Amino acid sequence: MATTQIDVPEGLPYVDITREINAPRDLVHRAYTDPELLAQWLGPRNLTMTVEKWDVRDGGAWRYVQHEADGTAWGFHGVFHGPQTPDQMIQTFEFEGWPGKVSFSELRLEEKDGRTLAKTHVVFMSIEDRDGMVGSGMATGVNEGYERLDELVARLVPTPA
Amino acid sequence: MTPDQLDSVFSALADPTRRAILARLTEGDANVAELAAPFSVSQPAISRHLKVLEQAGLISRHRRATARLSHLEADPLREATDWLAKYQAYWDESYERLDELVARLKSIHPQPARPTTDR
Repeated sequence: MATTQIDVPEGLPYVDITREINAPRDLVHRAYTDPELLAQWLGPRNLTMTVEKWDVRDGGAWRYVQHEADGTAWGFHGVFHGPQTPDQMIQTFEFEGWPGKVSFSELRLEEKDGRTLAKTHVVFMSIEDRDGMVGSGMATGVNEGYERLDELVARLVPTPA
Repeated sequence: MTPDQLDSVFSALADPTRRAILARLTEGDANVAELAAPFSVSQPAISRHLKVLEQAGLISRHRRATARLSHLEADPLREATDWLAKYQAYWDESYERLDELVARLKSIHPQPARPTTDR
């Protein structure tokens, strides 16, 4: 099972998310650019995804809403910048629950032996914003070895019976 | 747990010495000298680390006879890790769903169409 690597560098307002996908990059690119396909994978399974707008072109807008079973809705929107090729997809990103905190993400798809490495580089307006979005604990856990922290926590925190 | 409390838990955990102290305290309560023993730092430095951990609610301190012992408080740690796991979980789950999607797409289109201009 491939693992999702999330790197949170100390002192820089970035997050890097890297994941290998067992498919050629044209297919992975379709999964990112076709709104019907996107709705089938982006977000947790327990949320229902509605892609309202996904205008994949330079200057095109996007918006999607993720609904919880109890009716709670989380909206996100932004704009695409540039031609949105497998080599480089750039978009702005804003969580509507946190207006004015806009991040910028760049996705690069690299194919090797029929598999694709999806590399997402996210730039936040400040380190505080980054930490607010991903949790300042990510800077601790991921940067210095998330697995080590997991192991430590597993030892420290007995599983509730 | 409030965002401020989470901040203090995470910043307390950001230091390898403090994590090692917590790991040691899983084995039982200990005094400053016992906690300092594995490290090449002074007891006052360890005391400062203990103060940070105490303020974050990760340890409590109590006296037994003349010794001042530190005790691990696990609850804030559980809450903090539950919370920080969300961003990781969001992407883990999204990419698992993407794996399933591309597997379905590949079975429908075993030979992905290429633009004719490439040939």
